[in-house]
Amino acid sequence: MTTTLAPPVPQTPTPAAPTEDLGALARRHGLSVSGARPSLPSYVRQLWSRRDFITAFATARLTAQFSQARLGQVWQVMTPLLNAAVYYLIFGVLMNAKSGVPDYVPFLVTGIFVWTFTANTVQAGTRAISGNLGLVRALHFPRASLPISLALQQLQQLLFSLGVLAVLLACFGELPARSWLLAVPALFLQTLFNTGVSLVLARLAARTPDISQLMPFVLRTWMYASGAMWSIQNLATSGRFPEAVVLALQCNPAAVYIDLMRFALIESFTGAQLPPHVWALAAGWALLAFGGGFIWFWKAEETYGRG
Amino acid sequence: MADPSKTPTVVADGVHITYTVHGGHPGGRGGATAALGRVLRRRTAPAGRRVHAVRGVSFVAHRGEAIGLIGSNGSGKSTLLKAVAGLLPVDRGRIYTHGQPSLLGVNAALMNDLTGERNVVLGGLAMGMSRTEVRERYDGIVDFSGINEKDDAISRPMRTYSSGMGARLRFSIAAAKSHDVLLIDEALSTGDARFRRRSQERIDELRAEAGTVFLVSHSNSTITQTCDRALWLEAGTLRMDGPAEEVVAAYEEFTAGPRAK
Repeated sequence: MTTTLAPPVPQTPTPAAPTEDLGALARRHGLSVSGARPSLPSYVRQLWSRRDFITAFATARLTAQFSQARLGQVWQVMTPLLNAAVYYLIFGVLMNAKSGVPDYVPFLVTGIFVWTFTANTVQAGTRAISGNLGLVRALHFPRASLPISLALQQLQQLLFSLGVLAVLLACFGELPARSWLLAVPALFLQTLFNTGVSLVLARLAARTPDISQLMPFVLRTWMYASGAMWSIQNLATSGRFPEAVVLALQCNPAAVYIDLMRFALIESFTGAQLPPHVWALAAGWALLAFGGGFIWFWKAEETYGRG
Repeated sequence: MADPSKTPTVVADGVHITYTVHGGHPGGRGGATAALGRVLRRRTAPAGRRVHAVRGVSFVAHRGEAIGLIGSNGSGKSTLLKAVAGLLPVDRGRIYTHGQPSLLGVNAALMNDLTGERNVVLGGLAMGMSRTEVRERYDGIVDFSGINEKDDAISRPMRTYSSGMGARLRFSIAAAKSHDVLLIDEALSTGDARFRRRSQERIDELRAEAGTVFLVSHSNSTITQTCDRALWLEAGTLRMDGPAEEVVAAYEEFTAGPRAK
């Protein structure tokens, strides 16, 4: 700094001197206040008009992800395949820990893939605003575009995983059946749920970046509690825990979506293994998370991007 | 300044902007124990430093004006511009705007791993164009940027571009849309002489399309060539507001002063 603070009294004429009411002038000409939060309906409209941007951003992120790798987009399929191979090797072959679950490998791989979708979306949500500050500070768009777009990117990625999953299931004798169609509503509800949680975390992490440091631990705990690798149902039959605990574990949203997917895809996974009112539960979690998350995110709309 | 023949597009009414800086605590209080102590004290106290970047600035900008913002580093020019764009909230005072001002920063967000092509589409969509609009203007944007003149650079990832090429593409994308209020932060200082002349012509066009242009630059010649009015900010206060030549002359005198002594 070569200059010191100087009072604003230069010898040259300052045209802004006549202090007529600037606010009145602005209102007379129909100017609006800059950076004000739009109402919820108009926010939704703005978001809808940006749908092209939301999808393009998701696809762009997905493409950019592997653009530095030699094999490029092949990794979209390779990553889930390698994941499945690792889990099969450890749990299916080495430990032979089928733990009383029929069709353990399909059970395991479905659980892992569905869980990964939730985990990655939530993790991406924590960086939706804080990781895109450049974009937020340079351009004007409803900020919810970012977490929604990132959730969409994870969904696209999941579709690759599901392709791998279908092949794997076929290898283990689970051929496509009519029940597979149930995967569509299950996935839809899970996507809504994930997006809602991601919106909540986007707002939290925009104010407190430390959240993203904490998330891996929260997510790991959540994964082990959701029965991605083991059967909650077997816990119930073992009788070591009161029924209420088992029911609570089964009703946790991640477990609900994982089990619905297993129910849809795996023949030996019957409706008896699902908690009661499972579809209502799945829809309830989805609506609660998405509706609540969206409104809560919108309430801080004008503060995102603040220094 | 209430000329009835002019329509105001931006009105700043006694604007104050402060922001909190995390990290970089004064007096070296960066230790883990100090941090823990702050957390325990509910992080109100010295968790962040407050910077009072803009102190009570008022002005009225009109349709068709090109306004330069000058002042030394850290005088609050970019902060003021961000607030006009609605990207930084003001603490006191109000900023009224006509339509949505768009900030054309040098670091407008594109993805370096994607090709120029895809970035043009993404950038256009990010600015709120529809897919058809982007398709219509695509050729115009690429031609204007001139990055395709030597080879097929537009199909290469942006990380392979030189900084000048990247800046040119970014400017072309942002200038493709006519804005009610266009805010430019040092965008013209990059690029070669030919591109600078072309972008100046484009700014003139944008002004003719009944917009208002704000330009932050450290190049006094750019200000006098491009703008007809200038605001001089110093330490967050408005020191002078008037015709570009006069303000720049006064500013040059001011900056030369301390060195002459």
